[in-house]
Amino acid sequence: MIPVSWYLTLSAILFCIGMYGFLTRRNVIIMFLCIELMLNAANLNFVAFSHYLTDLRGQVFTFFIIAVAASEAAIGLGIVVALYRNRQSVYSDEINELKG
Amino acid sequence: MLSKFIFLYCALVIITTALLAVRFRNPVHSVLAVLVLFFHMAGLYLLLNAEFLAAVQIIVYAGAILVLYLFVVFLVNLRQEINIERFVAHHNISIGISFLVFVMLMVGSRSFILGTHGKWTIDAIREVTHTKALGTEIFTSYILPFEIVALVLLVAVIGGILLAKQEKQGTAVDGKESSGPLIEEGRK
Repeated sequence: MIPVSWYLTLSAILFCIGMYGFLTRRNVIIMFLCIELMLNAANLNFVAFSHYLTDLRGQVFTFFIIAVAASEAAIGLGIVVALYRNRQSVYSDEINELKG
Repeated sequence: MLSKFIFLYCALVIITTALLAVRFRNPVHSVLAVLVLFFHMAGLYLLLNAEFLAAVQIIVYAGAILVLYLFVVFLVNLRQEINIERFVAHHNISIGISFLVFVMLMVGSRSFILGTHGKWTIDAIREVTHTKALGTEIFTSYILPFEIVALVLLVAVIGGILLAKQEKQGTAVDGKESSGPLIEEGRK
């Protein structure tokens, strides 16, 4: 039997790698990809808890998170396409009009 | 013993491919690394007796979402991307921040205790099969969140079409004129 703390550690590592990528990369598409990594870390936690608590609620939530991730990807990539069409650039540090 | 070995293999591959996805210069390589990561995540779900979620992970994440990402990566200019700097300025601070968050998560999870157990033991799930058990749970206790998720998906479909839609000829010219000086300012 694998201890539940192994899953917690793995998902913490994955979450932090996703956060590192989100904070450092310039490309907006890779930033969205890193959000997917963080959502996957949360999903892993939910499924691990669901298994160790012998309750299906965590898996139901994972199911909903996957649906929300799909809609987030559709909207986010739509924004990226619109951005690239207007600005010819997908770099987060070049989009700084609101900075003043 | 075998399950521990499988877990360690999956964990190793997940961490390696996640790091590679963040570090790769070419966005296509990043997306392909994340594809490998999602497959191993499905392997972990199988290890946790969540067969239906493993299938959904492969079909929705690897099959639909990543293909969407690949399409958008191909739409933007890759040749320019490979030659320029991939990280923002002062990215060492972000490494510090994410390491700090990791330490905090580890310290927090040290004091974690599992709560009360539910009724879906492995034997109970095996009796009615996993998909049916999950379906029963979704369509009885969680019918309202399920309907809300359906609404969210509808909004996403409409929003995605609206955002990526080609503007009409007249308004497109106006938009280009107004954004012209903005681009110039941004380049400065």
